[in-house]
Amino acid sequence: MSMIPDSAATPTPVAERETDGLFACPACDALMQAHEVAAGETARCPRCGERLEAPRRDAMTRIIMLALAALILMVAAIFFPFLEVGVAGRSNRASLLDTVTAFSSGLTAPLTFAMAALIVILPVIRFVSLIYVLGPMAAGRPPARHAWRVFRLVEALRPWAMAEVFIVGVAVALVKVAGLAQVSLGPAFWAFVALVIVTVLKDNFMCRVTVWKTLDARRQS
Amino acid sequence: MQGNGLENTGRAPAVLTARRAGLVGCTHCGKVHARGRERCARCGARLESRDERSLQRVWAWWFAGLVVYVPANLYPMLVTTMLGSTSQSTIMGGVIDLMHHGSYGVATIVFVASICIPVGKFLAIAYLALSIRHRVSMSAHGRQVLFEAVEFIGRWSMIDVFVVAILSSLVQLDFAASIHPGIAAVSFALSVAFTMLSAQSFDPRLIWDASEEDAA
Repeated sequence: MSMIPDSAATPTPVAERETDGLFACPACDALMQAHEVAAGETARCPRCGERLEAPRRDAMTRIIMLALAALILMVAAIFFPFLEVGVAGRSNRASLLDTVTAFSSGLTAPLTFAMAALIVILPVIRFVSLIYVLGPMAAGRPPARHAWRVFRLVEALRPWAMAEVFIVGVAVALVKVAGLAQVSLGPAFWAFVALVIVTVLKDNFMCRVTVWKTLDARRQS
Repeated sequence: MQGNGLENTGRAPAVLTARRAGLVGCTHCGKVHARGRERCARCGARLESRDERSLQRVWAWWFAGLVVYVPANLYPMLVTTMLGSTSQSTIMGGVIDLMHHGSYGVATIVFVASICIPVGKFLAIAYLALSIRHRVSMSAHGRQVLFEAVEFIGRWSMIDVFVVAILSSLVQLDFAASIHPGIAAVSFALSVAFTMLSAQSFDPRLIWDASEEDAA
């Protein structure tokens, strides 16, 4: 991307067609001449350094695979035992659903919904939506219906899907409990750890500008 | 655009922005449109040259977050019953307990996530919002980095809420030991959510506009 010198400071009305080759930095609004960014390269804004575009080879296919893997791991994480704690012959086993519903009594009840959303529902919505949007892209087909709306939702939910924050919370809780009881990790715990790794990998491959451009190109063709 | 001299580091060079060219750029996909268009032709996001009410929303969420952050620190986060005796611990109390047990590493994680990050976030968002109207010493670039850090780090404050949830679902051993969540967990979770919304409402393009006005 190269910046445009500020010679034309006086605003002039521009026809829609003329703005096609331009790109505005989403973070600082600097106007640039849009260039094709090759796979593997990263385009940054020359003024503020914001990462503008970072297409990766086969990114769409990889993201779909990772999202599918994450969905399967989420099912495993929900239904297998998560953690088990025992002291003096008594033991208690908690699944991920028990964790989510821990706040279900008294004044803390609304937090149950928030927990379910942050840990399970929003991540699942993101995985399913990504497969819905990128599936036709990877297969070289025209975009699915409402793909634009769905991908905007994927982006808006990004900060609210907190699987990786949750796993650090689990680690802290384990240390707290370790002093007073015997804790053992269930298969769901490891499924969830894998889920976090897959999610982080997937988000690294994703470049929203590339997705928007691809959606746009497929619509017109 | 990189080498603009050391004297200039605090000032952004005069740059043609989409706004100054009489255009409007989409903050979602970067596509440039003529002024007056309402939605982006590429991604369908709402177009706004500058979000005029951005600062109002930032401050509204900021105050809401601050209001619920106070009870989050005063009321108990965890109610622990061990062998018949009940004790309550606040956020800070939990950190001190961990230190007594000798788990300094975990105590640090909880202290950073539940106290340093929320307080730092309140200060950082207030500083960024004030820097739009008032001249500050930090460069536009520094403020951009600060904003990105606030957006990235905010959600990690949720750790303590998750810890409470896990502990209270796991430690249910009748008489021997049981843990229940306290009301502070709710207000703390709300505080984190409100400050995340506050940071999301901020339009970083305002930082660069303000720094250009200073330079001019």
